[in-house]
Amino acid sequence: MIAEINPGSGTRRSWLQRFHLDGMLLLALLATCAFGLVVLYSATGESQTMMQRQLLRLALAFGAMIVIAQVPPQLLYRWTPWLFGAGVALLAAVLMVGDIGKGAQRWLDLGFVRFQPSEMMKLAMPMMLAWYFADVRLPPGARRLLVAAVLLVIPILLIMRQPDLGTALLIGCAGFFVLFLAGLYWRLLFGLAAAGAACAPILWYFMHDYQRQRVITFLDPEQDPLGAGYHIIQSKIAIGSGGLYGKGWLNGTQSQLEFLPERSTDFIFAVLGEEFGLIGILLLLAVYSVIILRSVYISTQAQDTFTRLLGGSLALTFGVYALVNTGMVTGLLPVVGVPLPLISYGGTSMVTLMIGFGILMSIHTHRKLLTT
Amino acid sequence: MPHPLHTFKDSLLESRLFLGRSITAMIIAGLLIAALIARLAWLQVVAHEHFRTLSEDNRVKLQPIPPNRGLIYDRNGILLAENLPSFRLEIVPEQVHDMETTLAELGALVEIRDFDRERFHKIRTRMSRFEGVPLRFHLSDEEVARFAVNRHLFPGVDIRAGLSRNYPLGRHSAHAIGYVGRINEDDLTVIDTVNYRGTTHIGKVGVEKTYEDLLHGRVGHQQVETNAQGRILRVLSRQPPHAGSSLYLSLDARLQQATEAAFGDFNGSAVAIDPRSGEVLALVSLPGYDPNPFVNGIDYKDYKALNDDPDQPLFNRALRGQYPPGSTIKPFVALAGLEIGVTSTHTRTYCPGFYRLPGNDRKYRDWKRTGHGMVDLRTAIVESCDVYFYDLARSLGIDRLHDYLAPFGFGDRTGIDILGEQPGILPSSAWKRATKNAPWFPGETLISGIGQGFNLATPLQLAVATATLASYGEFHPPRVVHAIRTPDGTFAPQPAPPVRHIPIQQREHWDQVLAAMIEVVHGARGTARRIGTGIDYQIGGKTGTAQVFGLKQEEEYDAETIAEKLRDHALFIAYAPAHEPHIAVAVVVENGGSGGAVGAPIARQILDRYFEDNPL
Repeated sequence: MIAEINPGSGTRRSWLQRFHLDGMLLLALLATCAFGLVVLYSATGESQTMMQRQLLRLALAFGAMIVIAQVPPQLLYRWTPWLFGAGVALLAAVLMVGDIGKGAQRWLDLGFVRFQPSEMMKLAMPMMLAWYFADVRLPPGARRLLVAAVLLVIPILLIMRQPDLGTALLIGCAGFFVLFLAGLYWRLLFGLAAAGAACAPILWYFMHDYQRQRVITFLDPEQDPLGAGYHIIQSKIAIGSGGLYGKGWLNGTQSQLEFLPERSTDFIFAVLGEEFGLIGILLLLAVYSVIILRSVYISTQAQDTFTRLLGGSLALTFGVYALVNTGMVTGLLPVVGVPLPLISYGGTSMVTLMIGFGILMSIHTHRKLLTT
Repeated sequence: MPHPLHTFKDSLLESRLFLGRSITAMIIAGLLIAALIARLAWLQVVAHEHFRTLSEDNRVKLQPIPPNRGLIYDRNGILLAENLPSFRLEIVPEQVHDMETTLAELGALVEIRDFDRERFHKIRTRMSRFEGVPLRFHLSDEEVARFAVNRHLFPGVDIRAGLSRNYPLGRHSAHAIGYVGRINEDDLTVIDTVNYRGTTHIGKVGVEKTYEDLLHGRVGHQQVETNAQGRILRVLSRQPPHAGSSLYLSLDARLQQATEAAFGDFNGSAVAIDPRSGEVLALVSLPGYDPNPFVNGIDYKDYKALNDDPDQPLFNRALRGQYPPGSTIKPFVALAGLEIGVTSTHTRTYCPGFYRLPGNDRKYRDWKRTGHGMVDLRTAIVESCDVYFYDLARSLGIDRLHDYLAPFGFGDRTGIDILGEQPGILPSSAWKRATKNAPWFPGETLISGIGQGFNLATPLQLAVATATLASYGEFHPPRVVHAIRTPDGTFAPQPAPPVRHIPIQQREHWDQVLAAMIEVVHGARGTARRIGTGIDYQIGGKTGTAQVFGLKQEEEYDAETIAEKLRDHALFIAYAPAHEPHIAVAVVVENGGSGGAVGAPIARQILDRYFEDNPL
């Protein structure tokens, strides 16, 4: 007989269990967001309106997470092909009729709401690949891998055409992690890496000028210290001048005197580094680690291939978010528009992320146990 | 969950595969996080000092505080150059995305002429993108208010309060004190750029240029905290600037204006000097011009109009106008003859109205066709007999004449403390060989004796020479600044340059020449007798007429029929009171015709004004 997992007795179910929430994950997420709000308050120059908007977004994101946590994974499994198909269709539509914002064509105006289909694809991609591998023997065979590669590449190409390199990269990662966790052969992996390196010059050829400039700037930010290199130089100064203990909350000269650009969005990590020092950064990395480890743990406890692969991919993608942003702000990676997860000011990616955690919670709390 | 029966899934195997892959991923993630932490440790611990310095450099800026420029007063404390508060509109190009649109929109609020735009773009090329470039100067109160209301619409555009040089007397003082203008590339090569950080203007001509170092002062500095837009948030420390010193000129603004008024519609120049000290009391060049538009850059059209004006208002005739001294040189030639000993007061010469060199047909004419008859030295000066001086010059020879006149300041710059004066010409055989590579001809000596030919002198030189003659050979180099007031209020008289003494053979010779000059004005036959009446002090003087173009041998000079531009220049030199001179004057009236009829009355008015303000 199959029954839902119920560690406590049937009558004393906690409210966490009743709402299908995972305590440790929820706590880590709340801690991160709270810390993020503290940093954001400083980064926005103590702007009340921006704080209110961010709080509203957080409420919305947590609300979305709780709602999704109630949806059993079986239902998600059934929706997956439709979701993915709709996502690809919308991406195609965006290229044809989408709104242009900040030089790229990313938004779709549905009349009542402006919508970014690439965000939806961040979830639809790992769901689709996990769905595709759900009922096959792993590691997958060559034919399956080929089909999976096609499924992976089509949305990525559509998003790169917008152009939105950062999102394409993250979605590529999400899909790749499914393949990786599904047991993609190591030699195939290294082969692909070698092929990718060989293709780099071709990729360079297809890049937009601003994307090439970013790579050049990454390699040598000092060549244009007041232009393209300005962001990264000021960001390094902010973090470096913060030292071990930081300059103190609201006391970062780089951010408060507006030397640091994009300080409430993509470069908020530099504000954190300047005002809270290395100690503050380690604290954030610790909470992030808790979130990732807990998510991976949840995935290893999952009972079927779909939830396992999906959960694992969501967990690792979150890690990529954090590493790409921190790597970019510290000058280890080229500047790509990836926000610091759960902390940067802005809504869309936050809601997507929290829906991902909602899925993870759903996976964990809808497990069935074989009773003796 | 669907578990299709046709697949052979091994749950346990897959679970272990997944676990393995998850652990691999976590190890890779751990390595990446370690790399990130290593990077952070480098930034925040190892290189912390480096980045802390960079962050301070970002925040703290050393800002120059330009000193206030010294003021300029006349000898009676009348303000000649002041600093007026003025509002200017500045644009930081770096912060403006679309300059043309911004300029067009600003044009709706404040008046922006084409000239302002041109100047703006010109200045812009010399400055960094982060500095404010002035677009408009001297905004009216209304313009300031209109912009202030709309300021939020114009990032990078702001109103700056500052001091702007102003010359209250306008055209009445331009040639003496000059003006300041914006520092240009040429200026940058000669100034101490550290001391001029923050300074926008520099003396371009006149006293403003000569005394630039004193007037400018020393730059101050302040450490300020700025934000990324360069807006100052607070001052951290401050080292105040040292304001420039103020100058007290020997010039008398009232005398200056009376002199200009005396000229009426004539162009020309007059210089008045105190023979006792060399102090310049008046320095007039007409027409004048208003120096104020030059301060912040004059409109090209206005400048062209000034430059193309046939009357040449920008030309400083007092220092740079070189005129034939004409008969005004005669007292000096006479003194040369007496002191060198080639003539005496008793020597008489017959004047038939012309002079001929032996063995030469050419007639050197006297201005009086009928001749003066028998003339001695006194009569020759009083009636300005040319023939007497042709003969005297021939006796002296050009080189002795040159050597005697040179110490009076002819043929060389007087050394006045205003830059740009011309040396004039005092010819000699050596001079002609050097400049014209030609031998000296005896006929040239004759016309040199009456101040024609190669002879050229500036009005300033004539005034200095007159002062030297009137003071029995005391040559005081002329100067316009006689005292300096430092910013702390202490007065310091400007040290007088050393006096040179012309050796006197017999004081009597000087007495006789000076007596003849008194008779020019006060004698019954003096060429300037018309100014010798109704006067309670004595004037010594000498008239002169400088030919603008040469007359042919038998041609008549008829002032009425000759175009005004070709009419002779009227000259007059004078000093008073005759026996204890306080003032020496040289007047050059361009195309005035006769020195006695036009030049002398102007000099009389200058002297009258002087003695009215400075009673004996």
